[in-house]
Amino acid sequence: MAELTYREAIARGIAQEMRRDESVLFLGEDVGAAGGVFKGTVGLFEEFGPVRVRDTPISEQAILGAAMGAAMTGLRPIAEIMFADFFAVCWDIVANEIAKSRYMTNGQMSFPLVIRSGNGGGLRFGAQHSQSVENWAMMIPGLKVVVPSNPRDVIGLMAAAVRDDDPVIFLESKALYPTKGEVPEGEIVDALGTATVLRQGEHATIATLGLMVPRALAAAEELAAGGIDCTVIDVRSLIPLDTQTILRETSATGRLFTVEENPRVLGWGAEVASIVAEEVFYDLDGPVVRITTPHIPLPAADTLEDMALPSVERIVTTIHKAMNS
Amino acid sequence: MTTTEASPVHDVDFKLELYRSQVALRRFETRAYDLFLENYVKGTSHLSIGQEAIAAGVAAAMRPDDWTFATYRGHAHTLARGVAMTPVFAELMGRSNGLMAGKGGSMHLTSVEHGVMGSYAIIGAHLPIACGAAWSAQYRGTDQVAVVFFGDGTVNIGAFHEALNFAAIWKLPVVFICENNLYMEYTRTSEVTAVTHPAADRAAAYGLEPILVDGNDADAVYAVARTAIERARAGGGPSLIEAETYRHGGHSRADPGKYRPDEEVALWKSAERDPVSRYRTRLLELGVDEPTLARIEADVDAEVDAATEAAKAGAAPGEDLLMKDVWANGGAEWRN
Ligand SMILES: Cc1ncc(C[n+]2csc(CCOP(=O)(O)OP(=O)(O)O)c2C)c(N)n1
Ligand SMILES: [Mg+2]
Repeated sequence: MAELTYREAIARGIAQEMRRDESVLFLGEDVGAAGGVFKGTVGLFEEFGPVRVRDTPISEQAILGAAMGAAMTGLRPIAEIMFADFFAVCWDIVANEIAKSRYMTNGQMSFPLVIRSGNGGGLRFGAQHSQSVENWAMMIPGLKVVVPSNPRDVIGLMAAAVRDDDPVIFLESKALYPTKGEVPEGEIVDALGTATVLRQGEHATIATLGLMVPRALAAAEELAAGGIDCTVIDVRSLIPLDTQTILRETSATGRLFTVEENPRVLGWGAEVASIVAEEVFYDLDGPVVRITTPHIPLPAADTLEDMALPSVERIVTTIHKAMNS
Repeated sequence: MTTTEASPVHDVDFKLELYRSQVALRRFETRAYDLFLENYVKGTSHLSIGQEAIAAGVAAAMRPDDWTFATYRGHAHTLARGVAMTPVFAELMGRSNGLMAGKGGSMHLTSVEHGVMGSYAIIGAHLPIACGAAWSAQYRGTDQVAVVFFGDGTVNIGAFHEALNFAAIWKLPVVFICENNLYMEYTRTSEVTAVTHPAADRAAAYGLEPILVDGNDADAVYAVARTAIERARAGGGPSLIEAETYRHGGHSRADPGKYRPDEEVALWKSAERDPVSRYRTRLLELGVDEPTLARIEADVDAEVDAATEAAKAGAAPGEDLLMKDVWANGGAEWRN
């Protein structure tokens, strides 16, 4: 076991796959000698050289178009979109081209590619560099979406994403880059579509993702001290979605809370809540409650951003209130 | 600016093949239009009548393992690579014997086994995608070339510029072919474009040589395409070709194209401008006899008739296709 940062885990995860498979290439803005604007890819350029680790111009459509064309002809590219908000300038390639082409061509083409991107808030970057866009990606048929919450999962899910024959949107919670976690030696490979139960409790279940995972765990500690014992599920993969784990853990406690960083309307928890309502309604002891960022663009100032994102305090109070009413 | 003249580099057999190809594209599209009016072809379709010399001339310069990226106006580019008429008609009609079993339709014709790597209906999107295929060929050292077709209206969308710069800096084996038919949908491109030659005048911005060709002369198109493709194959990087042409009909469906002056339409449809008539005359001048040409035309007509009937005989796609092939495992499951 070694301790790695989330940031270091990105480079290790990509390197693990590039060493194993020559068809894995990596491209993006400032990803080469500079090692990425978040320093998430330091060392890759030195190890794999400028042919496999390629700096691109500021051309997001070209970056993703290149990844798509390379994937349809047998390579396994990993493309970086620096900030997830920038998906808006290349969304056609993601939503219309990559996502639809396999189906439209009756399965003639495959797109084994990964698009990784710095997602979400917490860094005071303001509205155009902070949005949590997992719900954008999740609503497009044909895309898989994963959001790791810790260094070990970064490596395991990166391996799963690279080895998968479908396009995977790999969203890294930017505010987690400096956080540390234990990572075992050797190859780590996860399966897409598997949630993990991080804490088992008897009174309520919290389903959460990415940056919200450490906050939900901290909230669960506080709630436990006050007599509310929570199960915490790290959903990890939105598509495919491990509904069986969520349904099972919800039925076991009778209550479900989602803690989501995305803006409220049509956030991923809305889909989860609807599945729970349809399939295990009679196991519920109270309504499903969603704890989300409000439906606003994210503000920049510390005070305002902290009010917007679900905090440990908000999670605790919301759950406390719901459980005692 | 280089304007390439027709060069009689090839023997008559090659030219007869190029003629046959253009006649096939013309008659396929003419039938497709009839089938649209008869409500066999649903939705929309965009024909290449008047523009056949480009698809035919470029395809003749390609190696079988090279890649074509086409637009929604892509029937001709698909057929020119050797895809049979029946599955294309059937795809237009939404039949299970269609090229994509009816899942794509007229605007998304794809046949990977023929190197037809898709037809794209979002303006400009396929230019960067073609760059990606070219990058893949470059990385794997396969000598393959990606050829991407698009219209004159496409030069004003960002993806065009991103792709051109990208191809130039990475010296990618990709050939960009702008089919300048003077119009977007219902607006003349010159009314909304800052330069006279929509593609050629932009070449310098990407360090490329401007190439203008008479897009209604299959020999001339073949000659420039061959030069560009072989240059790309040899590691010489991308080319941008502007081929001037005209669509005889409207933009799509039953558009009568009334926004165009009558004299202009008449000029481009005249025997001197129309690519198929022109090529026929050229062959006669080269000494090919009338019966040889008539036989080619009759053969094509028979092929179109047979393909129409075979396509019509196809069943409507069934429910088994609906939830198929969202994912590489063949299915559509997004949850357990
Ligand atoms: C991004 C985008 N904008 C608009 C359209 C609608 N549209 C379809 S074809 C077309 C005209 C394109 O003109 P041109 O590039 O000259 O191609 P042509 O149809 O003449 O071959 C337009 C505007 C579209 N499909 N995609
Ligand atoms: Mg046009």
